[in-house]
Amino acid sequence: MDLRQQLRQSLRLFLIFFKIGAFTFGGGYAMIPLIEYETAEKRSLIEKSEISDIVAIAESTPGPIAINSATFIGYRTAGVLGSAAATLGVVLPSFVIILIIAFFLRRLMEYRIVQYAFFGIRAGVLALIVKAVVSFWKRADHHVFGWCIMAGAFAWSVFTDWSIIALIALCGAAGFVYCTVRRKRGKLP
Amino acid sequence: MIFLELFYTFFTIGLFTFGGGYAMLPLIQEKVIAHGWMEMEELTNFVAISESTPGPFAINISTYVGAETAGVLGSLCATLGVVLPSFLIILIVARIYVRFKNSRAVSATMFGLRAAVVGLMAGALWGMLKTVFFHSTPVAWSSVLRPEFLCSAVIFAAAVTAALKKVSPIIIIVSSAAAGILCGCLFL
Repeated sequence: MDLRQQLRQSLRLFLIFFKIGAFTFGGGYAMIPLIEYETAEKRSLIEKSEISDIVAIAESTPGPIAINSATFIGYRTAGVLGSAAATLGVVLPSFVIILIIAFFLRRLMEYRIVQYAFFGIRAGVLALIVKAVVSFWKRADHHVFGWCIMAGAFAWSVFTDWSIIALIALCGAAGFVYCTVRRKRGKLP
Repeated sequence: MIFLELFYTFFTIGLFTFGGGYAMLPLIQEKVIAHGWMEMEELTNFVAISESTPGPFAINISTYVGAETAGVLGSLCATLGVVLPSFLIILIVARIYVRFKNSRAVSATMFGLRAAVVGLMAGALWGMLKTVFFHSTPVAWSSVLRPEFLCSAVIFAAAVTAALKKVSPIIIIVSSAAAGILCGCLFL
């Protein structure tokens, strides 16, 4: 791919992901169907079958799903330039909108009616986090080892002020050791 | 220096969040609230704002915290910080994509991480519940009869029912706001 073609592809990627970033509410997983439609169905930048691979990779690498998918598709389509263009595109709408909101929010919060509204919103929005916990719970593996890790991680974060990053590293290592041992005993494929 | 600190903090948050979106909440609570850049109540408010504006939660929260702490340049540093780890890691993974996908080491590590994220998020939820219902640590059970608590409990219960029935987040937020205004005018 020559540079000119690469530039043209990158501009296209930027516009596609800008649109995706500007029109998906709820981020991450809510973005996947739109990404699939824009990149695989409408234009054939990637194969439709690759979408599930992209989700799997986004899940097993750190960071927001939206960024991971944009970078991945951008790279596959037009190299490093493409990945930078797609990532910038997906980030820019949120960035600008939140900057504007941040500018007004403090002043809005001075009104009593807005304070009351947020009083209700704080209670209501916790339900969305409950829903997120439930969906993460459904996606996790269900057996004694997993439950022990879940309980341990909960206790660690609620009852201690030990570093969460240390816990994440520990749990990753524990999963690695557990699976390796089980595999050696022939209990995992 | 505040800009470097913002960049570094959000870089670590981006680097250690697996699963995206609200999986970031435990680390935000640990790092951002500990820095005094945001309070728990403000974070809960912001979850609602992020749900009602387009884009990923990670970008929204980093832009907001950066802007509140150190203006436009601050939000640029925080957002760049949260994006960079994913960006660099995916650039590497995209090259070894097939090997990464089939790697036993990766799937074994993720096995532990997926479980950890559930526990951590439940812990983050617990922290937010405590702030919203009791406004304070330690939990004071005597406050259960206060009108604030009762209003919050009713709104929360209704919202959980709605959320589990897949009612759209925007509708939940708008109704909660209306309920909050109603409770505020009647009881508070």
